[in-house]
Amino acid sequence: MSPIKKPKLAVWKFASCDGCQLSLLDCEDELLAIADAVHIANFPEASRAVAKGPYDISLVEGSITTPHDAERIHKIRRSSKFLITIGACATSGGIQALRNFKDVNDFISIVYANPEYIETLNKSTPIADHVFVDFELRGCPINKYQLVEVLNAYLNGRKPNIPQYSVCVECKRKGNVCVMVATGAPCLGPVTQAGCGAICPTYQRGCFGCFGPKETPNTSSLADWYKNLKLSEDDIMRYFRSFNAFAEPFRKESEAHE
Amino acid sequence: MNNRVIKVDYLARVEGEGQLLVKIKNDAVTDVKFSIIEPPRFFEAFLRGRHFTEAPDITARICGICPVAYQMSSCHAMESICGVKVDGALRELRRLLYCGEWIESHALHVFMLHAPDFLGYEDSIQMAKDHPDLVKNALKLKKIGNEIMILLGGREIHPINPKVGGFYKVPTKKQLQGLVEPLKWALDFAIESVKIMAGLEFPELERDYEFVSLRHPDEYPLCEGDIVSNKGIDIELSKFFDYFEEQHVPHSTSLHAVVKDRDDYLTGPMARYANNYDKLTPKAKKAAEDAGLPKVVLNPFKSIIVRAVEMVFACEEALRVVDEYKMPDKAYVEVKSKAGVGFGCSEAPRGICFHRYEIDDGGIIKDARILAPTSQNQKAIEKDLRQFVENHLDLSHEKMTWQCEQAIRNYDPCISCSCHFLNLQIERE
Ligand code: SF4
Repeated sequence: MSPIKKPKLAVWKFASCDGCQLSLLDCEDELLAIADAVHIANFPEASRAVAKGPYDISLVEGSITTPHDAERIHKIRRSSKFLITIGACATSGGIQALRNFKDVNDFISIVYANPEYIETLNKSTPIADHVFVDFELRGCPINKYQLVEVLNAYLNGRKPNIPQYSVCVECKRKGNVCVMVATGAPCLGPVTQAGCGAICPTYQRGCFGCFGPKETPNTSSLADWYKNLKLSEDDIMRYFRSFNAFAEPFRKESEAHE
Repeated sequence: MNNRVIKVDYLARVEGEGQLLVKIKNDAVTDVKFSIIEPPRFFEAFLRGRHFTEAPDITARICGICPVAYQMSSCHAMESICGVKVDGALRELRRLLYCGEWIESHALHVFMLHAPDFLGYEDSIQMAKDHPDLVKNALKLKKIGNEIMILLGGREIHPINPKVGGFYKVPTKKQLQGLVEPLKWALDFAIESVKIMAGLEFPELERDYEFVSLRHPDEYPLCEGDIVSNKGIDIELSKFFDYFEEQHVPHSTSLHAVVKDRDDYLTGPMARYANNYDKLTPKAKKAAEDAGLPKVVLNPFKSIIVRAVEMVFACEEALRVVDEYKMPDKAYVEVKSKAGVGFGCSEAPRGICFHRYEIDDGGIIKDARILAPTSQNQKAIEKDLRQFVENHLDLSHEKMTWQCEQAIRNYDPCISCSCHFLNLQIERE
């Protein structure tokens, strides 16, 4: 295939830890094949070569936290055929959305001596709050095999096969003993979307919600379970309020325990 | 007469967003700004009110490239507050996990991000067309680092298994033995890498650095030690802020760290190597000697060789831990919260990652301070750039820009980390 016909892939970064885009470089076995199948047109973490848009696929990592970024995402949308958000930062605002529950000015003065140098928005918001998103890939970080699946699907014009059931389903399939029943560890598995492979329960700890809420989660019933496990209201609030704190079902549940 | 502006708006092959601006007027450098334009994420602020046991999971999210550094520094800090010491096999497993992160991160930086500069490629994928075996082996080495992270941590990015007090679950001896064959290959390839890197051509630049690193009486430092420098600092972690301070400058969302009443310092592989040469493992020392590497390296472009030496160290050390491992009865030491202040510092692949926390009786975090390696190196980077540009005014604009970028990449800067942290502009007026 001539290099001109290859679909163009771009990777964009907003407020994030770089972990999700690193997942692409962590595809050690697939990386050279991916680079063969697509033209990596913009991926500053890996290359200083930049090709102009439009791009066939844009992968967007990170959340919107500055006025400048709120503008930039629109430009990226305009130059992308498909825009796919990767990771909890991009799909729910990420851990930095903890500011959404407080006054950001207090935060600035805790970290910086001269707050006047810092330009930031009150809230950290997901990409889909600003532009139309074609597909949201969850996780903090994303699962690299799911990333390869999503890229494959879009390159071949089909729907990505990404399950929306809960971590519990993955956990049962692995043959784990339920950590909540067996050890009394609070676990977000029942309300969290699958994708990680139920690693926490496999390592004998409760799920802490990296992949965000599953479809129609019953968070309040799970919170009742936590009460039976003798968790305090504060503990319950914190449990729902981490990497996907601003995802609607988790946000509401954490607010119910404030 | 040389008047120009060198400008790079979005520095590539670094983790995160940075910019560079160099202004040259009448053959003199009038301004150098290495700025970090990464949006601030306020970790120190939202750690307040969280439970101390959450710190390793939350601080890991500062950086997807070196999460283990944040996890280890925060765990150690919390354990010191609560009066707990994690020893024996659990301590060894922490070292092994950290070796995994070093192998993965160093392999990524040496081959995929930095080597293309020396060999004249825009990226490792283009490099792979002419040097397919080098890139394939590099990916294989990187993957072995990740395999250690997956086995001990549950996954390669943001491991879930480490906790305050140890781990949730420890591996069996048999599971660890699965790492032996891959690690033996990795060790051989790392040794070869030292030779390959030592054979590159290095731009000229030497500075009289203050090298700051950890130092431990028994070992090349990873998770623990005192803070030392080649200019006389030798202190316990608790004295850190008596000797170092952070300054907030307008052009950066990252804070600049300096040695009080002195100036910039360098942390990372060159500092660790200079301060701990005597503690290198035998094969790592031999690889350095064979490559003709002096005990102290002053040309920052040669940090790529030092990183390769450290890959040898990490593979050798990992093999030792696997060999001596006896599975402990318990995966962790019980940690009960106690009000107090504590410190943790570990050697991230790119330098010391310093944490200070205050927690209350109930284990709630009252205050947190975190110094990422790259923010500590920012000032040293600017000074390197200034000297480099002053000594190379005859370079073409394109070459100057590229080599300035390369000079920044010498530090393997992790900008997401320091922002609480980059974009290159060179202006010649
Ligand atoms: S979702 Fe998590 S892993 Fe991904 S960029 Fe955000 S903090 Fe990093």
